[in-house]
Amino acid sequence: MLSTPALVLAIVLFGLGLIGLLSRRNILYMLLSLEIMLNAAALAFIAGGARWGQADGEVMFLFILTLAAAEVSVALGIVLQLSHRFRTVDADALCELRG
Amino acid sequence: MLKLLWLIPVLPLTGFLVLALCGDRLSRRQIAWVGCGSVGAAAVTTALVAADFFRTFPDREFYQQTLWNWINTSGMTVGISWYLDALSLLMVAVITGIGFLIHLYSAEYMAHDDGYARFFAYMNLFVAAMLTLVLADNLLLLYLGWEGVGLCSYLLIGFWYREPEYGTAAQKAFIVTRIGDTALAIGLFILFTQFTNLSIQQVQNLAVEAWPVGSNLAMIVALLFLIGAVGKSAQLPLQVWLPDAMAGPTPVSALIHAATMVTAGVYLIARMHHLFALAPMVQEVIAVLGLVTLLLAASSALVQQDIKRVLAYSTMSQIGYMFLALGVGAWSAAMFHFLTHSCFKALLFLAAGSVIHSLHHEQNIFKMGGLRRHLPWTFWTFLIGAAAMSGVPLITSGFYSKDWILWSVWSSPISHRWIWFGAVFGALLTGLYSFRLIFRVFFGEARTQPAHEPGLAMRVPLVILAFLALTVGFLEMPHTLGNVTLFSDYLSHALPTTELLTGIDESSEAREQLAVTVAALLGIGLAAFLFLPGSLFEARRSGQSTDHPSVTLLQGGWGFDRLYDRVFVRPWLSLTRNSHDRLDRGFDWLAACAESCHGWMSHTQTGHVRWYAATVAVGTLVLLGLFAM
Repeated sequence: MLSTPALVLAIVLFGLGLIGLLSRRNILYMLLSLEIMLNAAALAFIAGGARWGQADGEVMFLFILTLAAAEVSVALGIVLQLSHRFRTVDADALCELRG
Repeated sequence: MLKLLWLIPVLPLTGFLVLALCGDRLSRRQIAWVGCGSVGAAAVTTALVAADFFRTFPDREFYQQTLWNWINTSGMTVGISWYLDALSLLMVAVITGIGFLIHLYSAEYMAHDDGYARFFAYMNLFVAAMLTLVLADNLLLLYLGWEGVGLCSYLLIGFWYREPEYGTAAQKAFIVTRIGDTALAIGLFILFTQFTNLSIQQVQNLAVEAWPVGSNLAMIVALLFLIGAVGKSAQLPLQVWLPDAMAGPTPVSALIHAATMVTAGVYLIARMHHLFALAPMVQEVIAVLGLVTLLLAASSALVQQDIKRVLAYSTMSQIGYMFLALGVGAWSAAMFHFLTHSCFKALLFLAAGSVIHSLHHEQNIFKMGGLRRHLPWTFWTFLIGAAAMSGVPLITSGFYSKDWILWSVWSSPISHRWIWFGAVFGALLTGLYSFRLIFRVFFGEARTQPAHEPGLAMRVPLVILAFLALTVGFLEMPHTLGNVTLFSDYLSHALPTTELLTGIDESSEAREQLAVTVAALLGIGLAAFLFLPGSLFEARRSGQSTDHPSVTLLQGGWGFDRLYDRVFVRPWLSLTRNSHDRLDRGFDWLAACAESCHGWMSHTQTGHVRWYAATVAVGTLVLLGLFAM
């Protein structure tokens, strides 16, 4: 089946993204990892669409693309504010909300 | 024009809404126009409706108007509907007419107050609630107005809320009247469970059919209604809120005492007279309560130092007369005294307000004196009011109404002689305390220099009310004096006529009237002897102090405040402050549990965003695992 390798690739990409998100401390790299995870999910949709010969998968891919663009624009704004206020992009240094 | 009936309560309500929603943006002039205008328009509408009512119903039956259904469930329909008959028309006329004069007066009296818009908003709401109360066709709507009046009294008594004492007085009024309101609510529940109907007229007809005279249920319901009326009308034993209610601005006192609030209880009993006729024992209780209240209040009024407190106790005393009349079945006489009382009591309060106004908010009568020359308008109108209250014969309205009540007490088959003697003694005390006030405030030498006479907006209501206080009495004159029966004819369809003992003739009526007249004049003469500066006794006594224990007892209103404080307030407070309460243990444990849980949970909130991401990932895995299984 054509879709199996594509799904495996999606899983690997997702795992890499998750590991990157959890291990990186720089917020910018965490954002990059998030993007990878989003694209992994999108790839899974493409594979699904190809498997059943439906256009839905590609439609979902377009949605995810839009979502990712919106998310990045907001997140970059937040990163800009963080670095402006706290002079750091280290996620662990920013833990004022500790309970 | 009868169709305009709905406008009467709606107009003041609109005034309230306008002032409450955009009162800040209006100038003082506009606020006064809206505040007075809405009540004035209601008064004009009342006049139109009354004219049409008399034309359409020459026998003065009743007119009903249903606006819409308020509650409509199986077996019960409660409408927003008005019921206009002679009794409610009388109440509406007094509320809008005298209410308008009081509003007009307040426009000047409150001119320099910060809460000008708030004041008029509350006043308008007060009038609207009272109109709802008297026009209601069913008991639930009546109860709505009843509670609205209670709420507005709270808001207005505590109008100057920056003074903690005034806030306490407002709370006291609210809580004490609430006791009565609760009883009234229980009465409504009983009536509803018995008849599944709340229309005032239908319920009474059903009650008359279903309950024999003196049956237990009739007694209980009548008693509960009486407790409600007693709370609102400040009769024994729920009278303690009224003297403290003087914390509000003076026009508020005038409104509460003359046109609204305290007369609600009298109206309720008169409105439910079929029910009370089923419970003769409760009627006796009403008469005795009225008598005791009028004597206690009159004796307390004798020794007060605050001009407004004297008037507050005098109101309790005069309402006592109304209750007495209701108790002996003299319904029309009670309503007549209500009419005259609302004229002269509004007059007295407004005149007292103009005294207080010109003395820069001095209320102690021992610091006043000699105002006769400085404030002639105020003096003459106050004198007329006091004369009407004491029942100066022939020329004042108070004489005719009080005489009617006392005559009914004398000649009623359900009264006793000693009640009559007590009430006549009360008339003597009335003359004594009213003229003590006159002599202290307006005679002798000036102790505080007054500023100036009040302006036109305050003087016009005073003059109109003084005119009314003199002339309203001519609507009903006894057999011995002209025999005018306009008022009792007017109410004849709404209220039953007073039963008199057989074998009563005119000569005994004349003798009875002579006794009442002598009592009133004796009271005034005694006041002149005791309190007129320069009189023999006054000169001899001037050096003595007045802190004799009996005087202190009277000043505190016979120590009821102290009694209630000991019996109810303090035990309750000590109960609430007891920290070793068994019941509390369980709740304490619950609170401790929640607190420790909170401790554990807060450990998970590290503030590290990567930790949160990891928990989300793990949580997702766990959920997926659960679904897979």
